[in-house]
This record gives sequence, structure tokens and C-alpha cells, in this order.
Amino acid sequence: MSENEPTEHPANATVSAGEPRFLTQDDLSVDTHQVVAPDGSYDADEVPDLDDEQFQDLYRWMLTDRVFSKRMVNIQRRGELGTFGSTRGQEASIIGSAYTLQPDDWLYVGRAWTPMFMRGVPMKDMIMFWRGIEEGQQSFAEHNCQIAISIGSHLPLVAGLAWGMDLSGDDAIATAYLGDGATSTGAAHEAINFAGALEVPALFYCQNNQYAISLSAEEQTGANTLAQKALAYGMDAIRVDGQDVLAVYEAVNEARKRVRNGEPVFVESVTYRMDAHTTSDDPTRYRSDEEVDAWEDADPLERYREFLRAEGLWDDIDHDAIEAEIDAEFDAALEEANAFEERGVEEIFAHVYAELPPDLQRQSEEFSDLLERRPELYDYIEQRPKG
Amino acid sequence: MQATIVEAVKDALHTEMAADDDVVVFGEDVAESGGVFRATDGLLEEFGEDRVVDTPLSEIAIVGAATGLAMYGYRPVAEIQFSGFLPPAFDQLVTNASRIRWRTRGALSAPMVVRMPYGAGVRALEHHSESMEGAYAHIPGLKVVAPSTPHDTKGLLLASIRDPDPVLFMEPKRIYRSFRDDVPEEDYEVPLGEAAVRREGSDLTVVSWGSMMPPTLDAADEADADVEVIDLRTISPMDTETVVESVKKTGRAVVVHEGPRSHGVGGDIVAHINDEALMYLEAPVERVTGFDTPVPLLSMEDYYFPHPPRILDAIEDALSV
Amino acid sequence: MHRAIGDRTFADTAMDEATARDVFRDMVLAREFDERALSLQRRGWMPGYPPFKGQEGSQVGAAYAMTGDDWLFPTYRSNAMQLARGVPASDILLFRRGFAEYHSDHDVPVFPMAIPIASQIPHAVGAGMAMNYEGDDDAVVCYFGDGATSEGDFHEAANFAGVFDAPVVFFCENNNWAISLPREQQTASDSIAVKAEAYGFEGVQVDGNDPVAVYETVGDALEDARGGDPVLVESLTYRQGAHTTSDDPERYRPEDEDLPEWRTADPLDRFESYLREQDVVDDEFVEDCWADAEAELEAAIDEAEANSVPDPEDVFDHLYEDLPPRLQDQKAWLMEYLEDHDPQEMEF
Repeated sequence: MSENEPTEHPANATVSAGEPRFLTQDDLSVDTHQVVAPDGSYDADEVPDLDDEQFQDLYRWMLTDRVFSKRMVNIQRRGELGTFGSTRGQEASIIGSAYTLQPDDWLYVGRAWTPMFMRGVPMKDMIMFWRGIEEGQQSFAEHNCQIAISIGSHLPLVAGLAWGMDLSGDDAIATAYLGDGATSTGAAHEAINFAGALEVPALFYCQNNQYAISLSAEEQTGANTLAQKALAYGMDAIRVDGQDVLAVYEAVNEARKRVRNGEPVFVESVTYRMDAHTTSDDPTRYRSDEEVDAWEDADPLERYREFLRAEGLWDDIDHDAIEAEIDAEFDAALEEANAFEERGVEEIFAHVYAELPPDLQRQSEEFSDLLERRPELYDYIEQRPKG
Repeated sequence: MQATIVEAVKDALHTEMAADDDVVVFGEDVAESGGVFRATDGLLEEFGEDRVVDTPLSEIAIVGAATGLAMYGYRPVAEIQFSGFLPPAFDQLVTNASRIRWRTRGALSAPMVVRMPYGAGVRALEHHSESMEGAYAHIPGLKVVAPSTPHDTKGLLLASIRDPDPVLFMEPKRIYRSFRDDVPEEDYEVPLGEAAVRREGSDLTVVSWGSMMPPTLDAADEADADVEVIDLRTISPMDTETVVESVKKTGRAVVVHEGPRSHGVGGDIVAHINDEALMYLEAPVERVTGFDTPVPLLSMEDYYFPHPPRILDAIEDALSV
Repeated sequence: MHRAIGDRTFADTAMDEATARDVFRDMVLAREFDERALSLQRRGWMPGYPPFKGQEGSQVGAAYAMTGDDWLFPTYRSNAMQLARGVPASDILLFRRGFAEYHSDHDVPVFPMAIPIASQIPHAVGAGMAMNYEGDDDAVVCYFGDGATSEGDFHEAANFAGVFDAPVVFFCENNNWAISLPREQQTASDSIAVKAEAYGFEGVQVDGNDPVAVYETVGDALEDARGGDPVLVESLTYRQGAHTTSDDPERYRPEDEDLPEWRTADPLDRFESYLREQDVVDDEFVEDCWADAEAELEAAIDEAEANSVPDPEDVFDHLYEDLPPRLQDQKAWLMEYLEDHDPQEMEF
């Protein structure tokens, strides 16, 4: 050791002589938190403290997620939807995490739709969102949530929302759902570092579903895990088995508590995107059937059913009846969405600013006038209420 | 009181932070150091470290977090240290701040201000001299403001912070401290979207804004004609009515701006004049602008910058037809 | 954290005596450059200057770990590195006066200095990827500061390097200050080096005021990088001066920094004492270094002054390979305009 001892200052590590010693990820061991093993076994003492109704509730929401994705893919194939990103395979990851959130919390998602329903958003609004009708986002906003389209771009907003909660002293957190691909964006980096430096109540929930469209998670980064990226921000992280709804619930519930105490947390949930990126994508071009089949065997609903059976809760669950109810809810939502009326051309101009500036007013009027004078223009205009 | 433009910025921030607890000021070096141009000097001492915050070196996060704060009900005023450093955050302006109202049908909005010094002429290092208002004004849902006097700076900044929509507030750093004028101590607003007639005249109209106003006014004074000078003040939304009415009266026009000539705000102004006052024109509308080049390194900035003789040249051309 | 001075005899280090004398010589040159540049700025010779005093050991030590064809991606703060790599001082001075920095047309593998923070890091990784395509055994040293690690550019570039095995050493000089923001407010992470964990490659901290330790560490890192393993080196040093001549650190910097003495002490004095103690240099050598540095700077300043002649065609040239017609018109207009107008009239 040299005569100049380093102080407690975090930037000054202990001095080492001889060969330079490099920090390496090989020295890190990152556990994956799990409650129910893939074979359905579990330690009864490790089960999170939820009552029977809550256990059943989790199942119902997971099933909702599965049915919703299935129905959306179906109506897309029938030409009643432009495109859709299915969440099949990620039900435990999505529901276990969202189940911890409180109404005042903010939720900014990528690939997680049912959490909106859990927060009270009507299903029809999600159908409308995927049909390119902005009223969907309006409805999400009324329930403190939004869907981000541009990958990673929402993380700075979540840092800002959390900052606002901190300044207000509100009993709430802001949560960003992101995917493995988003971790490579500069926006994600700046936002997570910002949240760490400013100690704002932000929760970064990363669903590592193994694919960013066609790029596998291994090709996305040289890091062995996404959870370890939190070290770059001085933030605690947890890696969790995303096919195990109870493990996800427990991890995120604990993370949420820490976040409320001003310690932002990064969660990596290891899951799998069973379906295509969107209905426009063909995953057989870039991944093998064997790989997909292996993950089919890791079905999160099936694993949870094993748990419910072991707990004696399964007998009280009428799976078929719940599925029929969700189907009926979807049918009604679709009917409502179909009833959404065609919008006037002025809707394009509405809400660009709080108050329409004169030039924009003029553009709107001139276009309306043109439509009146040349109604044949309508031959070129197809409003796409079905996306 | 007599104040410079940068003092007017500080005064406006002080005024609004005192009036509205929801106003939060942040950016790189704005708190302890008081800003590299001292525009936020003293705010930390007065309003505390919760509301005046030094952030990490992260332009994307600065503009993005401002948007999140605004969505949550705050009135953030974020500083980007120089306009040359805004481009990384361009995505946040385009993708989020400018369209959160539109995509949620008004359920959410982003009433925020991003302040930044812009423009050439202070012998700064490369990337410290850009005038890209044309690019920013091209973003629907964003407002772009560029004051040219201390009085307007305070009034426009107060109006910008109170505006329900996101505002990019471009401060003319070349004239940050070059003169003082009378800035009322009290609270007042200069409305966004309203141009000012700086000099009345009947022979020719010159339209400009921001740091090009002093050379424009100098050229107008020197011209052997009765020149009307309009200060646009807000680039977007633009007060085309004031411009068009003036051209209808004078029949001749020159547009002066610092940014590159092509695809810029000047071309848009000429288009408006063509749309609404073509038959009043007695000569083609002239443009005096920067070239379609990067702002040259400081040894050659002067060749680029529209100095009064160049403006006068264009005025005489427009009058000679 | 890696260190040599005070811990080992010179013979136990990876540096040989000739290299040590060269490093010392270039640290003296760098110090002379920095001091002359500051005084030139004060008398208006150039508008602004960002001093690097205190960082000479880190920069020169790292530069000497590089071999002939390795590329350096510098910034406005890393001038000691450019000088040590062989960039003529007159080029750097001319850039400070507002001219392109390639006056001498040197062929040193050094990119133009980056001004916007972290903007050079993606380029450095791209160059490293190109070296992979070429199958070269060269590598890249990308210089940046602690503040740059908060930028998205750093993150995307470092992740790319990890994915594409780019031969890049990310040389982060942690001088504890990003203008007015101290390192501990820049990020909540324990160190800058630990950020390498996010990209799956190695990180290391080194005593940046110990040129021997920096030389060893960057040398090892370059070896790894050539093998396809990028490395993040955090060199712990200190910005003794202001951010630039427009900055006043008294506004934000505590008189009593919570840093160990080695961090804020003068690296040149420290290296000189070490080399004298280890009998690597003597009075005569040290005096020669100072005299040579002074003469070299004198010549560089003369060279810069002789070439400080603005050419308006430079505004347009080299923007595109072929100047588009609109720009040809604008150029012709300016040249014609200048025939009738005194260029003096165009000054502010």
C-alpha cells in the first residue's frame, strides 16, 4: 500500500500492486429467483403471502392475457386489425409484476397489455389502440399508463414521472416495462443512470423475452445477464424466472417497496416471446423449432396450475367458465370497438396544441373545403376503423 | 430595471419560480455553477436543491425527464448548455414531448420549456454556434421562440413556462450581454405567436428574429429608404398575418436569418408572402441567410454571418427592381 | 486500483528506461504547451482554452502504451495524448484559433478532437470493427471523461464493442469534474470501471497520476483488445484547472476536496522524483527537456501565427466531394461580394 491511503470516497478503490487486476463478469454470480420449479415442486415456506382469492386472481389475469393475445391474433388474421404484438409465453412475467402495482403508480409499457385491464382500462380501448385510434392512449392515460412504441424512448419519461412523484412526496412509483433490446439504447442508459443519480422512485422492469424482433438476447449484448447492467448505475437488481408468476410477484413486490424508499431497482425477468414480434413478422426465419418447443414446455400457466393443484385451489377454479367469460368480454369489446364511428378530418388537427394556431386552423379549413368541393377525394380515403 | 438578455432570462426564471412552486429548473451546471452563461445564477440559493438541480451529462434524459415531469403536472424548465448539443435529444422532442397531447387526445400534455443559447458570433469552439430553428419548427406540436430584446426575453419566457405546450426557447447568445434595455420588474407576458414591428416604414419590409435583429436594424437605419422591420419573436406558430399585412403595404420584402438558406424558415416566410400577398409584390423577395454549410470554425465565422452590409445589399436589390 | 510509483522499484515495472525518459520528456512538453496556451489565451491570441494540467501523466502514459498503427480518438481535453502521439503542436494551436486541425497534413493515426461529449465513442468502435474486417492487429484507444459515461453515445458504443468484439480500449479519464458536476453526482455507481459489467467486458481502475501504472494498464488492455476483448480503463486523476478559460471553478469546487493527496498532486513532480530516486533521470536531462519543450512551443506558435490566414473558400470546400449547384452559387456570390467589400467590414 502506498503512503497515500484512499479515503472513503467511492471513486477511490483499494490500491493493488503487481499485474493490473481487471474486473470481469466471470466473477459475478447472478442468481435467478424462483419459487415454483419447472416440474411444479416448491417449498411451501417460500411461497409469497397471498390469500386464496389472490392466488386465483393471478390465474384469471394470466388466462386473460393468453385469451386476449389469441383473440387479437385471430381478428388480425381475419383482416380486422392492422397488426398486433402477442404476449403468449410472457403471462407470468406480465401478470406477476403488474399485480404489485398500485392505482397511483405510473406504468409505461412495451409488450404488456393486460396490466392496463388490471388497472381498469376497458378491453375495447386496447383493440382501438391496435387499430390506430388515439382514443386508446387517451383511455390508458386516464389510468396512469401509456404504451411506448419507440424502443427505449419512454425510460427518460419514467425517470421524469418518478422525479415528479418524489418532488410531490406522493406514495407512488413510476414503472417502465422494457425489453432486452431496449437495454442497448442510449435513452435507456441515460434514464436509468439519471434515476440512480437523482434517487427517484423508478422501477425498471425488463422482460428479457430473448428476442428483439430477430436478434437474440445473446447477440444483443456481451453481458451474461441484463440484471448486472444495474451495477453500472449503482442500482440494485434482481433476476427472476419469468415463467414463475409467484417468483415474479415476490421479486417485484420487494422491488416496489425499495423503490418507494427512494432506491430505484432494475428487474430482469427471464421469459420467452412464443409468438412473432408482431403479426407482420415470421420468426421461423431466425429461430429453431427445437428452441420454441423447449419453451412451450416451460409454459407459465401450466406451471402455475401445478402449484394451484398442489395447494388444493385448482378445484375451485372453473377454467372453462373463466375462459368463456373472457371470450365474452372480448366479443363485447370488439363489438364496441367496431361501433366506433368514423372521425371527422378535424381530428387530425385536434390536440396538436392546446389551442389550434392560425396556420393550422387554415390548413384544417382549406382541407375541409377541398373535401366539400371535390368529394371524389373520398375515393382515395379509406378510414380504417379496423386498423 | 435595466437588464441584458441573459439577466432577463434569470429574472423571468426567478419570477416564475417564486410565483409557481411547480417550476423546476435543471440541466448541466445550472445549480452550483449558476449556468455556463450564469442564466440560472442565484436560483439554487433562493429556491433550494429540490427545484434547481444539476443533472448528469445526459441530454436525452434531460429532455425526456422534463417531459415526464410535465406529464406529472410540473412545469420543468430544462437547460441544454449549447444548441449544438440538443441533437441527441431530438428524438425526445419528436417522439414524446411534441405528441403526448395528440396521441392521448388531450388526456396528457407536456407543458415544458427547453432553453438553450443558440447561434454564432461569440468565437466559440466547433458545435457551439448552430441556428437550427428551421429543423425544430418542423416538429408539429412543438413551439419555437427566439427573443431579441431583454424586455421580450422576460415576457416570452414567462409566457413559455405558462404555455400549455412544449416550447423550445432559443436564446440569442451573441447578444446575451451586448446591450441593456428597460425590463419591468413586475410580472408580464409577451404572447407567443405575435410578431413585433420594430421599425415602421412604407418602402420595404424586413423580417428577422433573434440575434439577427441588431444587424437588421442597423441595415434598415442605413438604407436610403423607409424600411419596416418585423421581429418574428415566435418562429412556430408563426405570426404570418403581421408579415403579410406589412408586405401588402410596402410591396417589397427581405428575410434575414442566420441558419442555412435552403429548406429553412426564410423559404417558409416567402411561401406565405406568395400565398397571400403575391399581387402586392413589386420585386422578388430577397433572403439574407447563412450558407448551406456548417457554421465555419471561428476564424471564418464572419464570412458566414449576415452582417449589416449584406443585409443592406439585399435591401438595395429589392428596392432597385 | 493499479499503481507502480511508491509500490515498486522501476526495475519491477513493465516500462524500460528509454521509454520512461520519453514519457517524461513528453509530459514536460505537454505541461509547457498547457501553460503557454493559457497565457496565449489570456492575451487574446485564441478565444478559449480547456487546460489539462494534472492529467499529463495519465495521458502520456496511455499514449506510450499505444503502438505505431493504433488509432487515437481524442477530445478537446486530451491534447497531451495527441502531442505524445506526434500531432504537431501547431495543428492543435491552429484549431484553437478556429482553423481546421490538419494544417500540417501529418499522418499520425489520430482522429479530430471531439467537442460534443461522447460523440467520438461510436466512431472509435466503428473503426475497431473496421480493423476486425481488415484482419489488422491494430487497436483503438478512445479517450473520454467521467461525464461522458452518462451519455447514450457511450452506452450504445460500448455495448456494440462487446457484441462485435471490437479491439477498443475505452480510456476514461476520471478527473472528478464534468464542468461543475463532481463524479459522485454523475452516477450512483461505485466506480466508472464497474460499468464494463454492463457490456460483458473487463474494467479496471488505475492511478492516473502514475504514468508507469497507466502505461502498464493500457498496455495490458490493448493486448486484450487486440484479441477481441474490449476493456474499460478508469484512470483516476484530477482536473487541476478550470473546465475552460470561461469557467470559474471557485463557484462550485470545495477548497478541500474529499480526495487522497495522490489524486490531486502534480503528476509531473511525482514522476520526476520517482525517476530521480530510481536513477533514470538526472538534472541535466530534466533541464534539457524543459529547454527543448520551450523551443518546440516557440516554433509551433510561430508556425501557427504564420498560417492564421482565413480563406473564405474554406467555408464551402470539403463540405461535399462535389459542391452541389446551390452551394456553388453561394460560393460564387461570396467571392464576388468580397471583391466589392472590405473583409474588415465583415468583422464583428
